[in-house]
Amino acid sequence: MKTHVTTTINRATVEFLCQPRQSLLEVLRDELSLTGCKEGCNNGNCGACTVMLDGLPVDSCLVLAVEAEGAVIETVEGIAKQGHLHPLQQCFLEGAALQCGICTPGFLVTAKALLEKNPQPSEQEIRFGLAGNLCRCTGYDKIVRAVQATSKASPES
Amino acid sequence: MLTTKMIISRGLMTNDRQRARIKPNLGGYRVIDFEYAAPTELDEAIRKLAAAGDSGRVLAGGTDIIVQLREGLRSADLVVDVKKIPGLTQLELSGEQGLHLGASVSCRQIYDDQNIAAAYPGLADAVRIIGGWQIQNRASVGGNLCNSSPAADAIPPLIAYGAQAQIAGPNGQRVVPVEEFCTGPGRNILQQGELLVALTLPSQPSGAGSAYQRFIPRNEMDIAVAGAASWVHMDKTGERIEQARIALSAVAPTPVFAAEASEWLQGQVASEEVFAEAGELAKRVATPIDDMRGTAEYRTHLVGVLTKRTLATACERARK
Repeated sequence: MKTHVTTTINRATVEFLCQPRQSLLEVLRDELSLTGCKEGCNNGNCGACTVMLDGLPVDSCLVLAVEAEGAVIETVEGIAKQGHLHPLQQCFLEGAALQCGICTPGFLVTAKALLEKNPQPSEQEIRFGLAGNLCRCTGYDKIVRAVQATSKASPES
Repeated sequence: MLTTKMIISRGLMTNDRQRARIKPNLGGYRVIDFEYAAPTELDEAIRKLAAAGDSGRVLAGGTDIIVQLREGLRSADLVVDVKKIPGLTQLELSGEQGLHLGASVSCRQIYDDQNIAAAYPGLADAVRIIGGWQIQNRASVGGNLCNSSPAADAIPPLIAYGAQAQIAGPNGQRVVPVEEFCTGPGRNILQQGELLVALTLPSQPSGAGSAYQRFIPRNEMDIAVAGAASWVHMDKTGERIEQARIALSAVAPTPVFAAEASEWLQGQVASEEVFAEAGELAKRVATPIDDMRGTAEYRTHLVGVLTKRTLATACERARK
């Protein structure tokens, strides 16, 4: 039997029907066409499916869609505002901090949350904070540098 | 807005997924249908779990159970989400009572609370290294205990603190020391219809210190090759150990309490030699296996090293 779920996704109220077995990732991608979040490992190792759930980054493959009732979700699609890239996205672009790009949405969501929590992280704090996101192309240095560039450009510095 | 291209690509993807599910060996998928309930009262959760018998599963953070259901390692007709039951979400530190750690409280909630992280540094060590940030935002210490992995990071510190598991079931409540909770890999003493409500950790007197360390070949995001937690209570001078408790992970079918090493430390003056001797005694309860993460010989060696190091850190913290 399908369950009716009401959530807020990228600042809009969204209602959907889902089976209890469906993960939030499956519903975001297959039912709601929010294909920015990627399915990498589907078991919580890679972080490609990271979304913000009630203000915290989580692996959407490890959340049942029915658990999202009443939750506030932000996906990578919600990061750019009014057609303008977020500074983090701009720094990823300018620093070529991606190769194949599959891990990028997850890295953007986690790194944005990291910078909001700690606007001036050390390199070690960035690497520790992003440990739950894997880049199979192993382009970590450029990703870390893009996060550092965003942090240096922010008003807090 | 949907474009033709999007519909086609979504259609292809759905077909791929369906194919993968029909062939679980290729895709790792299996169709698993279950009912979901999110009760707001403990009694209701117990009733539902008891009625479901051995096909009822508890969902807290979901970081283990969702993967196990998906990969066919466990099955369920009913999944009971316990994150809406007040006692299970409660995290409370009090001077006299100690720490009430509700079974569904996330790892992140523990280390984000500076008072709790300062009072129970060994537990904070463990919850900071369970998975990455995304996992720590969901995974609970209660779930780590109930998953009952021999390599669970949160269990050794719980044992070292002398934590008690508060269990509720159709026949009422019972309290079990954490070192008696796990009975084998993935197995524990919970009976049908029972669930873990909370963990209670004794209040920490001044002069108490604790630490948890594990060895992994990577920097983060790995399963312990071996782990050790040490808890000490030192005298006022900060030189003599009055009481100690050491617990180990990934070196036996369950996390284990190293009773002999713990007792031997009573009354010893803290020193590198004493920590090393305790490490040698702790090795006696290690009965590890050879597997892809390490050999039995290596794991036994690690018990000595990690016991020594966590004792040193615990004593240092006790003096602060």
